[in-house]
Amino acid sequence: MEKEKEEILEGIYKAAQANGDNIISILQELQHQFGYVQKDSVEWFARKSNIPEAKFYGVLTFYSQFHMSPRGKNIVTVCSGTVCHVKGSARIISKLREDLKLKGNEVTTKDGLFTLENVNCVGACSIAPVVIVNEKVYGKMSPDKMLKNLKAYKE
Amino acid sequence: MSRKITVNVCMGTGGIAAGGSTVMEAFRQEFAEVGVDNARVVEKCRLHKVGCRGFCARDVLVDIAIDDQSWTYQYVDEKMVKRLVAEHILDNKPVEQWLVGDDYHTFHDNQEKIILGVLGHIDPESIDEYIGIGGYKAAEKVLATMTPQDTIEEIKRSGLRGRGGAGFPTGLKWSFCAANQADRRYIICNADEGDPGAFMDRSVIEGNPHAVIEGMIIGAYAIGADTGYIYIRAEYPLAVQRLKIALAAAKERGFLGKGICGSSFDLDLKIKLGAGAFVCGEETALIASIEGERGMPRAKPPFPANKGLWGKPTIINNVETLANIPPIINRGAEWFTSIGSEKSKGTKVIALTGKIRNTGLIEIPMGMPLKKIIYDIGGGIEGDRLFKAVQTGGPSGGCIPQQHIDLPVDYEGLKSVGSMMGSGGMVVLDETDCMVNIAKFFLTFTQEESCGKCVPCRIGTKRLLEILTRITEGEGKPSDLDLLQELAEDVRDASLCGLGMSAPNPVLSTLKYFRHEYEAHIFQKKCPAKVCSKLLTFYIRPDHCVGCGACKKACAVKAISGELKQVHQVDQALCIKCGSCFDACKFNAVIKE
Ligand SMILES: Cc1cc2nc3c(=O)[nH]c(=O)nc-3n(C[C@H](O)[C@H](O)[C@H](O)COP(=O)(O)O)c2cc1C
Repeated sequence: MEKEKEEILEGIYKAAQANGDNIISILQELQHQFGYVQKDSVEWFARKSNIPEAKFYGVLTFYSQFHMSPRGKNIVTVCSGTVCHVKGSARIISKLREDLKLKGNEVTTKDGLFTLENVNCVGACSIAPVVIVNEKVYGKMSPDKMLKNLKAYKE
Repeated sequence: MSRKITVNVCMGTGGIAAGGSTVMEAFRQEFAEVGVDNARVVEKCRLHKVGCRGFCARDVLVDIAIDDQSWTYQYVDEKMVKRLVAEHILDNKPVEQWLVGDDYHTFHDNQEKIILGVLGHIDPESIDEYIGIGGYKAAEKVLATMTPQDTIEEIKRSGLRGRGGAGFPTGLKWSFCAANQADRRYIICNADEGDPGAFMDRSVIEGNPHAVIEGMIIGAYAIGADTGYIYIRAEYPLAVQRLKIALAAAKERGFLGKGICGSSFDLDLKIKLGAGAFVCGEETALIASIEGERGMPRAKPPFPANKGLWGKPTIINNVETLANIPPIINRGAEWFTSIGSEKSKGTKVIALTGKIRNTGLIEIPMGMPLKKIIYDIGGGIEGDRLFKAVQTGGPSGGCIPQQHIDLPVDYEGLKSVGSMMGSGGMVVLDETDCMVNIAKFFLTFTQEESCGKCVPCRIGTKRLLEILTRITEGEGKPSDLDLLQELAEDVRDASLCGLGMSAPNPVLSTLKYFRHEYEAHIFQKKCPAKVCSKLLTFYIRPDHCVGCGACKKACAVKAISGELKQVHQVDQALCIKCGSCFDACKFNAVIKE
């Protein structure tokens, strides 16, 4: 492991010790620092804190907030709540997948520009179907409108 | 003479998505430009960030109040601002054509607003405005004049029941917690709001965070807690931010911290962000999550009121439950019991959504008939299509058909028809919605969110989903109906927590009321609502097709052929039934059957 990274981990560890942070908070901090939770960071933490790696992975894989691989520059989140569902979110997802050339279980494009994911509900049901790109909320979407909106992020 | 002018711009998540911040900015610029703030017109303009006022379908909503009179405009965008300022504010002539219509008033007049009343009228980021409408009076009253025992009795007498789903009497729960011998107790506000289709709690926190904090102060005092947590979804960034601002302000004014309001009572409140797991809304899972573990529920008893966070007696209440506490203390238990039905007192905030004209956030007295909600408040079905069902209670609830349209909406009423109140989401479905598909949708959700601890839920929901999937794909077997019924009952009866116990509700209720739709899928291989794509055939009506080529261009698999200005055809062997041609056609020439 690079020295620089080790220093960052050391910092997170010290802060966690001082605050009495739990595993979730540590993982949230790791993800915040590196964009996703890296295997070697988990190994490092497990050794340092004498907590089995399995315990970290147990928490890590339980919560959908945590990611174990790098994510795209732009995060496209399609809401799949009940109302978005009955108003056609599935069609938006399939059009976006087609447009971004995502195959099988892939969620991130080859060029690392986009990650496409869905979320259970963002609670903006009155403007369903909803798509969020990074922090911008697009309401009353259709597959075609969304493809147009996405263009701006490709430049 | 100087007029007092206030412009209110709706800035909830819905309002912002519809362009609330651009509208606000446009007002600011326009005021600067025409100089409303200085000599020419001597007026005091105040721009206001208000929370959700419920009628999200009409966003961006803007109120212009001049002295004591107020007008509301709907669908405002930045291009309209110039004229609004010129005509209404400078010339005192409201722009009639942009004002809200009668339906805006029927939408509001049929409601009873204890919780939502101030939303949309006060700035959620200003503690002074909350105090200005009598905020923190209830906390002061309780701390100065009531014992914890009095407080619990008052809440007991009010008949308030938990708004988080189960409807357990709040005062009773508090008394259980207070009765324990313990060196420490905790209070937790459950703001996980995981039900898809629900945004009540988010709106309450975004619009009036101090009410929730005040409720927590009173609850903590009643049970003797000195520390509290607000467990809130990370997917609600605006609510989290407003909560942080509110907590800091409350601390600064001495409503939190040591010796609150000059009493000897201390309380510290912290925010915990959820990490994205629906099951963490369940109270024992939520506790595990705050402790940093996997959020898996455990068997009850012991109940959290006896053994909760870090083994200490803990009260968990929903956002809306807590927001009801200050008004009950201020206006008395008798007042509260005068609202609502026999066994369900007070009001319920409901997220009214789906295929309905007036979607939004509403608050009704408990016991209001479903019909009144859908037709008087909701304005009926969008596009005058036929009502089919209303889904309540999210993934734990069920679908209620036309025959029960007069049902009173309260805990008992909804339960009696196989659904439940849940957190108060209400999704209206019309004739174009397939009930088997809806059941499949909810099972996809619960199957994914099952924590995996107990077998009936982990495997049972998966098998239920498999059966539903094959029915929607035309592979259903005649025996599937009985199998679904039996399996659903087993999962319901044998699961450990509320997730598994209620996950079969969408299946059971649709089987009960919409069995004929299941049968059409299985026996005729047809989807009556024309939703399940594998059971549909797409073709082009020669008499409607103008040969524009839009469908051909939209087709990703080149299944459509035809020359420009000639009738086009679909090659059924190539068609993947994606429906793109149906959406692309502007002449109703593409038919699905
Ligand atoms: C799977 C599951 C999810 C739940 N989600 C929530 C939730 O998002 N918000 C909530 O307040 N209660 C939720 N509950 C109910 C809580 O367990 C608990 O009963 C409630 O927070 C108690 O507060 P109350 O008495 O004020 O209603 C959920 C229960 C289950 C079984």
